[in-house]
Amino acid sequence: MTAVAGLWVALGAAIGAPTRYLVDRALQRTHGTSFPWGTFTVNVAASLVLGVVLGGAAPSAVVSAVGTGFCGGLSTWSTLGYETVRLAEAGERTHSVLNVLMSTFAGLGAASLGLLIGAGAFGP
Amino acid sequence: MPNRPEVSDDVVSGREPGAPVLRGQGAAVAAVALGGALGALARWGLGLAFPAPHGAFPTTTLLINVVGCLLMGVLVVHVAEVRTAHPIVRPFLGVGVLGGFTTFSTFAVDAQTLLATGHLGTALGYLAATVLGSVGGAWLGLVLARTTAGAR
Repeated sequence: MTAVAGLWVALGAAIGAPTRYLVDRALQRTHGTSFPWGTFTVNVAASLVLGVVLGGAAPSAVVSAVGTGFCGGLSTWSTLGYETVRLAEAGERTHSVLNVLMSTFAGLGAASLGLLIGAGAFGP
Repeated sequence: MPNRPEVSDDVVSGREPGAPVLRGQGAAVAAVALGGALGALARWGLGLAFPAPHGAFPTTTLLINVVGCLLMGVLVVHVAEVRTAHPIVRPFLGVGVLGGFTTFSTFAVDAQTLLATGHLGTALGYLAATVLGSVGGAWLGLVLARTTAGAR
């Protein structure tokens, strides 16, 4: 049912987005560098979890709540894109390029691993 | 030059370095949760209205991410560079709504699935379009907002 799925998406994102905010605060405080480790970490983690959810035969409520809601709310392109531009504007070109390339390749690797885990552990 | 935040700051949530992680964050966390839910619902609704068939180019997710990045660039200029907005605006709209609207996890899993199912050209095109479009979108948003706001 579509309305119920929407509630699951909203609930998952209402947990995922604040988790990203707090993880980012925690990591940016302990890693006092100009590399955005907080965004990198949540994006890779969310790619892994979404892979597990979509790799297995998860019920549609789980796909909505954990996949579309939580993982979508936990991960972000808007902050990744913005932080990449900010690094370049600050003259940190190498960090800027590394930021977006490392995120992309680590995200692909995490998604691949998650899909394998999901198919192995929860597959049909 | 306008009041540009330092890169070492958490420029998106507006946090000063060394600030406590949890203390005093109740309102911001609630704003991020509400904004994130609204952004995710918009993304989910667009996905229902314009679904990408299996093996097809994920146009909807690409456009969501590019538009979200562009709006983030515009937002930062208007809450941090040319004026100082109420402290809850950036967590709500930036971290919450735009963070919940855009998605990295769906991008990564879709691209990986395209690669693994032999849609190599579509996968590489999608990867390049998302990376260049999102970073370019954020840059364009910053430049357009600074120009129209007269910051340069």
